Amino acid sequence: MAYIVIEEDRCKGCGLCTIACPHKLVTLSDSPNAMGYTVAVFSSNGKCTGCCLCAEMCPDVAITVFKEEKQP
Amino acid sequence: MSTVRKKFVKGNEAVAMAAIEAGVRCYFGYPITPQSDIPEYLSRELPKTGGTFIQVESEIGAINMVLGASSTGVRAMTSSSGPGISLKQEGISYMAGSELPGVIVDIMRSGPGLGGIDASQADYHQATKGGGHGGYRIIVLAPNSVQEMYDLTMLAFDLSDLYRMPAMVLADSVLGQMKESIVPHPRSQVALPAKDWAVRGTGGGAQNVVKSLYLGDGEMEKFHWKMHARYQELAEKESRWEAYQTDDAELIITAFGCTSRIARTAVEMARAEGLKVGLLRPITLFPFPKKAYAELSLQCKRWLAIELSTGQMVDDVRLAVARDAEVAFYGRPPGAGSLPTPEELFQQIKRHC
Amino acid sequence: MKQVFSKPVSLKDVQTHFCPGCHHGSIHRLVAEAMDSFGIADQTIGCASVGCSVFLYGYFNIDVVESPHGRAPAVATGVKRARPDRIVFTYQGDGDLAAIGTSEIIHAANRGEMITVIFVNNTTYGMTGGQMAPTTMPGQKTSTSPNGRDIANDGKPFKMAELLSNLDGVAYSARVALNSPKNVLQAKKIIKTAFQYQVEKKGFAFVEALAACPTNWGMNPMAANQRVGDEMIPYFPLGIFKNNDNL
Repeated sequence: MAYIVIEEDRCKGCGLCTIACPHKLVTLSDSPNAMGYTVAVFSSNGKCTGCCLCAEMCPDVAITVFKEEKQP
Repeated sequence: MSTVRKKFVKGNEAVAMAAIEAGVRCYFGYPITPQSDIPEYLSRELPKTGGTFIQVESEIGAINMVLGASSTGVRAMTSSSGPGISLKQEGISYMAGSELPGVIVDIMRSGPGLGGIDASQADYHQATKGGGHGGYRIIVLAPNSVQEMYDLTMLAFDLSDLYRMPAMVLADSVLGQMKESIVPHPRSQVALPAKDWAVRGTGGGAQNVVKSLYLGDGEMEKFHWKMHARYQELAEKESRWEAYQTDDAELIITAFGCTSRIARTAVEMARAEGLKVGLLRPITLFPFPKKAYAELSLQCKRWLAIELSTGQMVDDVRLAVARDAEVAFYGRPPGAGSLPTPEELFQQIKRHC
Repeated sequence: MKQVFSKPVSLKDVQTHFCPGCHHGSIHRLVAEAMDSFGIADQTIGCASVGCSVFLYGYFNIDVVESPHGRAPAVATGVKRARPDRIVFTYQGDGDLAAIGTSEIIHAANRGEMITVIFVNNTTYGMTGGQMAPTTMPGQKTSTSPNGRDIANDGKPFKMAELLSNLDGVAYSARVALNSPKNVLQAKKIIKTAFQYQVEKKGFAFVEALAACPTNWGMNPMAANQRVGDEMIPYFPLGIFKNNDNL
């Protein structure tokens, strides 16, 4: 179980995260933000594994990733 | 019996000796006649003090290394002559714009271009009017003896640190190569401000940035006025000159560097013939000692500027003297065979008496 | 839930001026991660250069000294020689390092200065509007090679990582790219190694990072990213060209 948070103020809608995600969980929004960027949007469908590849690809460090801690 | 220790050294060597005494930590330079003695001396002596000497790839590399070393708060210097000083202009501009201290020694040779290796004073404008872009000035000190090559190099480091701007020691091949006795002395104990602006690693604290980029609204304009005020403070507090036999003079000769030595002999020859001639020698070329010229020209209305060029300092003389003073010019443009004799200058003096 | 990815501490929390899809941001992050992994940010002095890289001081929580165009390796030499106890790096673009600065980089590398050099190669001059760079590829159209780079007129692009690896003074030389997660992770390791060479006082380290410049290539970010893989990597191969201490 994992999820990401995309900081809309930092996102420039470059789309690189959308090609990074192995499960295609990130897409670009239709409506632009205050800066005019069509920001990235995350929809989990429960499939996010917390692999962090989207965050690694993001040139604007706009993504933080959270992952469930393994139970002992 | 005097216990003062004298040394008989070349002007260039005196510069290097003074730099070490002044605590220079880094020297970066490149060979060029007539100043190669400076890197040669420092290559031997500077490492012994724990300092860094590098003969670098170019004069451009050198000035940028001075920029880098100085940005960390250490004393750093370079030296060169005409063509190399031209190469350094961008780096000097960056240092001025970044408010960085640093000493640049210019042992002038004739130019333009490759020119020759003879003494010249034709880089006065380049030195004093901000030789690079952007409208800055640097401190310019003009020695006229090997002792002054020593003393003024030390002063250059102090003024540079005090005012956070580059300082130049402006000499020429005659001063660089001639040998005279000097009395070396320790650096003066001047109170210098702490370099809390230096880059050193934040240590977890505030970030220090050394830069000359000012893009924000009004920032660059503010910086220019700040520099302007600094130059005015320099003029008020640090102008230096030597006046010789000027009290009753009816004609004042003005010259700097080695020309002033020849001129002084000519003035003595004139005085021996009863002519009331004096000599005003600027020691700081920036700040130009305008007040000295203004005051002396209240009583003395005839001036003769003598330079190893077709006339550069004479412009500043004309601007500084009283409006009703007349400034004549005599020049020997640099090049082999053009160093005037005292007799030649004495003839010129007589023409104006 | 545990946070498993966050902004490195030595990177400021500000929006950058870089264009959407510009890889400068990624490279900045990897440099910050490398510094943080060694805990050296508070002892590091960055030497900024001229180009899109000029705003380094706005993005890293470290002391920075600005260098004239091309001269950062000389400035870094001055900084490191004055403060050998500090970590010193330069961050330069293709015009800065491979055009006007060729003398400074070659000589700093040849002297084996104990510094780290990050070289961003995007085959163009970004800040000034997309002119030809020493790394512009044959046939590539730029604002000063409107008919495409002509080898007969302008020579071939420089391959800096290979060129520098030939100098004895260079301990580490590598080329990376940021166009895929796999390449980003590899770049992360290599940039970290480049700093390790300085931290362990082992020598001069150089990393060339292939980057996209969507705006000046006239492409959208995804297409520009694709170009890095399709066109640039075949010409500028990724890899480690020198690794004296096998780090």
